[in-house]
Amino acid sequence: MTVCLLAICLVCSGLLAGVYALTKGPIDAAAKAKNEAAIKEVLPETAVTIEEERTVEYNGGTYTYNLAYDEKGEVVGCAINVIPVGFGGPIIIKVGFDKNGIIWNTKVLSQAETPGLGAKCVEPAFSEQFKGWNPAEKKLSVKKDGGDVDAITASTITSRAYAEGLAVATNVLCAIAGTPMLLDSATGASPSPEDASAESSEVETSK
Amino acid sequence: MGKFQLITKGLIKENPTFVLLLGMCPTLATTTSAINGMSMGLATLFVLVLSNMAISLTAPYIPDKVRIPSYIVIIATFVTLLQFVMQAYVPDIYETLGLFIPLIVVNCIVLGRAEAFANKNGVLDSALDGLGIGLGFTCSLTVLGLVREILGSGSAFGFKFIEGDGILAFVLAPGAFLALGYLIVIFKKLTSKKAE
Repeated sequence: MTVCLLAICLVCSGLLAGVYALTKGPIDAAAKAKNEAAIKEVLPETAVTIEEERTVEYNGGTYTYNLAYDEKGEVVGCAINVIPVGFGGPIIIKVGFDKNGIIWNTKVLSQAETPGLGAKCVEPAFSEQFKGWNPAEKKLSVKKDGGDVDAITASTITSRAYAEGLAVATNVLCAIAGTPMLLDSATGASPSPEDASAESSEVETSK
Repeated sequence: MGKFQLITKGLIKENPTFVLLLGMCPTLATTTSAINGMSMGLATLFVLVLSNMAISLTAPYIPDKVRIPSYIVIIATFVTLLQFVMQAYVPDIYETLGLFIPLIVVNCIVLGRAEAFANKNGVLDSALDGLGIGLGFTCSLTVLGLVREILGSGSAFGFKFIEGDGILAFVLAPGAFLALGYLIVIFKKLTSKKAE
């Protein structure tokens, strides 16, 4: 009986180890290609070389980002990953800034929001509004909370999370550049700023 | 029972969703759109065929007392294999279904077929049984997903034909129960007429 179970487990784990070894390459390659495509998408077209991923500490959390350079080797932008917590779990957003600290574009890398509601955050109708957004001039929180972000209908939690993620990214950018924080409260859009930022940094570090 | 009937019985007479009411958890959770339902059904189909074959081959050697843990290990292995392969070659589909793939392990259809069919029948019959039940599951999930998508988001297979939102409740959990309930009624009505 025991021998039989043991044998089955051995064969199965052997099989899994084999397939894991075989698929590890393609899985990593697919993830890398996806990441690079996303970086290109959120940064100006003049970005030709993308630097290796770097990390930065901000507000107790670790954030990853990539710097991008143009042909002359000058910095054209910076793509930062933020992971705010939405309605259905963490939303991974890549936020691209140009060299003036203005949001060039944003892209959702992964989300588990409700289809038909919060999942609309990936659609241009919502995300296009952040193109060319200057965080110094427009407030990154939903209109319901006194900000400038047009929320998705019936998905305030997702919209808040998105805006909060962008606000965090703005401050992370300041941390990278070594300038004073641009926004007073990174999580101004969240109903409970402390919790939200603690949660998102938790997710970040556990990755 | 003929080979052909092994496949067709899973579609109508023993349809896992509308007749046996098995695997309700992934059924309700993944059918928020037609594509999601169909992908879930196909993933289950794949696991079902392979696990049925493996179990019909190994069943004679597995002592009765440890058969359930053995089946679970075998099923879990195939699910994990599927996960690796999908992640490597179809990362986009994997992304949409990611959360639900591990759920196939505890899907009672897979274990149910292992217990009820595969461990008493030959490899070919078991594979066909898995194929039939899997196809039945895929079709049901696609139909349920399609109904919910049309009513809830005003689109079908991702193509929007109504501007704006549908009846949002149908995308959420209550709509899943409602749509499933009415589909079972319709299915019963259609199949009972056929029997007469």
